[in-house]
Amino acid sequence: MNPAPTARLRGELTTRHREPVSFFCTGLTGLATLLILAMLGLILANIAWHGAGSLSPRFIFGSADRDMFDPAKAAVGPMVFGTAARVILMTLFVIPIGVSTAIYLTEYARGTSWWTRGLRSAVNNLAGVPSIVFGLFGLGFFVSAVGGSLDALIYPGNPKPVWGKPALIWASLTLAVMTLPVVIVATEEALRAIPVGLREASLALGATKWQTVVRVVLPQALPGILTGGILAVSRAAGEVAPILFTGVAYYMASLPRSLTDQFMDLAYHVFVLSTQAPDVDKSRPILYGTVVVLLLLTFALNVVAILIRARVRRRLRQLG
Amino acid sequence: MPPPAHGTPRVPDWTSLARGRRVRPLEWLAERVLMALAFTALVVICLIFLFVGREAWPIFAGRVDSSLARELQDVIPPEDLDKTPPERLRLYLGLTREQFAAMDRDTLRELMEVRIEAREQIPDDKDALLNTVRWRYLIGPHQWTGYDRPVYIWQPVSAIHKYNLVPLVVGSLKATLVALAFAVPLALAAAIYVSQLANPRAREWLKPGIELLAGIPSVVLGFFALIVLATLMQRLFGYPSRLNALVAGVALGLAVIPVVFSVAEDALTSVPRSYAEAALALGSTRWQAAWQIVLPAALPGVFAAVVLGFGRAIGETMIVLMASGNASILSWNPLDSVRTLTATIAAELAETVVGGHHYRMLFVIGVLLFAVTFLSNLAGEWFIHRLRARLEGQR
Repeated sequence: MNPAPTARLRGELTTRHREPVSFFCTGLTGLATLLILAMLGLILANIAWHGAGSLSPRFIFGSADRDMFDPAKAAVGPMVFGTAARVILMTLFVIPIGVSTAIYLTEYARGTSWWTRGLRSAVNNLAGVPSIVFGLFGLGFFVSAVGGSLDALIYPGNPKPVWGKPALIWASLTLAVMTLPVVIVATEEALRAIPVGLREASLALGATKWQTVVRVVLPQALPGILTGGILAVSRAAGEVAPILFTGVAYYMASLPRSLTDQFMDLAYHVFVLSTQAPDVDKSRPILYGTVVVLLLLTFALNVVAILIRARVRRRLRQLG
Repeated sequence: MPPPAHGTPRVPDWTSLARGRRVRPLEWLAERVLMALAFTALVVICLIFLFVGREAWPIFAGRVDSSLARELQDVIPPEDLDKTPPERLRLYLGLTREQFAAMDRDTLRELMEVRIEAREQIPDDKDALLNTVRWRYLIGPHQWTGYDRPVYIWQPVSAIHKYNLVPLVVGSLKATLVALAFAVPLALAAAIYVSQLANPRAREWLKPGIELLAGIPSVVLGFFALIVLATLMQRLFGYPSRLNALVAGVALGLAVIPVVFSVAEDALTSVPRSYAEAALALGSTRWQAAWQIVLPAALPGVFAAVVLGFGRAIGETMIVLMASGNASILSWNPLDSVRTLTATIAAELAETVVGGHHYRMLFVIGVLLFAVTFLSNLAGEWFIHRLRARLEGQR
């Protein structure tokens, strides 16, 4: 897009930077950029510095003690399991629906029909909805309406709710709805970046449209779709608001054994440790340790996504 | 994530290319499945709009009565404890399922007696007759018994349920404004620097570097604000309440920076290179070209960035829940503790009875939040659309 200025031009510009107002303002904006990066660096450094010490295999995978605030006994194994379970389950819902929607939108739907435009603007708006509203929706729709009617259907007359209470499945479904736009947008972007000539070539060779989409377009778009999936997972893993009322538990003696069980969660545990600890100073090592584990999970995924995206962009630039 | 910019499709319309070809039944089926899944996505999205609205609707329609008098109207005498179905008893006593399951018979009986006593005291308090979810009490001030002047109060769990939204709206706006005041100048300056002034090699890592900030989960930013930032800022400025709108706003600003930055940076980069080159050729410095030529051309995109940042800030939950102090005091002082709309839902929904007026009020807040973010999203999209129209018209 933007060709690098030639060496001579650049040299000339640097000398002209000396005009005092321009020099000052350039410095100011550069300073702002550095400040943002410095804040990011400070946050990460602070967390790594205080948290690295409490990381150990026992802390990450060990089972949680009833007294969650005692640094000697605390471990986050069940929370790691809960977060992983809800995120993996979410992926099972969001990837098929999100990718199909994107394929439909780019490859099949006519760009100008009312229903394509409606679907697009619905997806756009979904991306801006606050996460707590998804929590409300999850409680009102999945837990009460869907779960409640499942109970009435399967176990009529049973006063103890089985499906109609917060559960792993409802939390995952709520997150799947929340991350739907992430997957749709990333997949669409990946599909659109593929030159139309590839499709035409495939059709010209006698392939049907479906064959073209599945064997020519999708393999090319795979890295982009992967990026979308990773971003969705990373975003979902760190979210607390949507699962507050749809499935997370403060403490559970055992791991969730079925879809209708509640679960403990890493991100929620950060919230619990920072707001409910009886002695903040004493439980600080566990708190920092938990944050490090959570960041390793979400942040690492983000970095991977950014790297893949950069590579794909570079490759597509060569292709196009 | 900034919302995607869907403009004119870059793929020329090939959707009609393969029409009328030989149709294979399996492929036909697969394509229908694809359509069905896309349709599911649309249905689910519509369900959100419908469902949150549906739960809040009775309040809008004026069909809910939250007065204490109404609540105590029908009485189940304690002798009928065993005859009443448990679910009805639970709703009557206003307990959540967990609370109800944890209680033995004697406690339940006592609760029922307390209610009957309360009923006898109704005539003493004229507030007991007020339906507090009427719009007059939700928005306007009211002089409750025991107050010397009309006040705005959010106090849903007292005997008289006070549901005034004004303190929460002001709290949300306060935290959001602090966040924008902190984030917008920084993010815009960085966007100008990265897109116009930095050399291309630095740009390659500056941009993803700043966007990494978006990868920090909000609960981690909330934790950082609560544990580190609050103490640090209190030591620095020496104000009395440790958690307040300022701390929450700064932490919120950290979440807003990547949104504002990436939308603004996109807008600035989308201005054709020739604009700046023409200015440079006429002898301006890079800064002059960026400030006087590129920035004005990209202005709608900059507005979009600010509006989308606003939407992100007002909808953020965990940061404000953890770092704002959560006291619903009505004041515009950023050093007071605040309670925002989002934090109120997060903190109170677990304790409400499903279908009760408190539950419905929280959904009303949800609708309000939804409307605000919807509008800011719409405005953002409109600005981006204008930017595109402007640049394409002049190219």
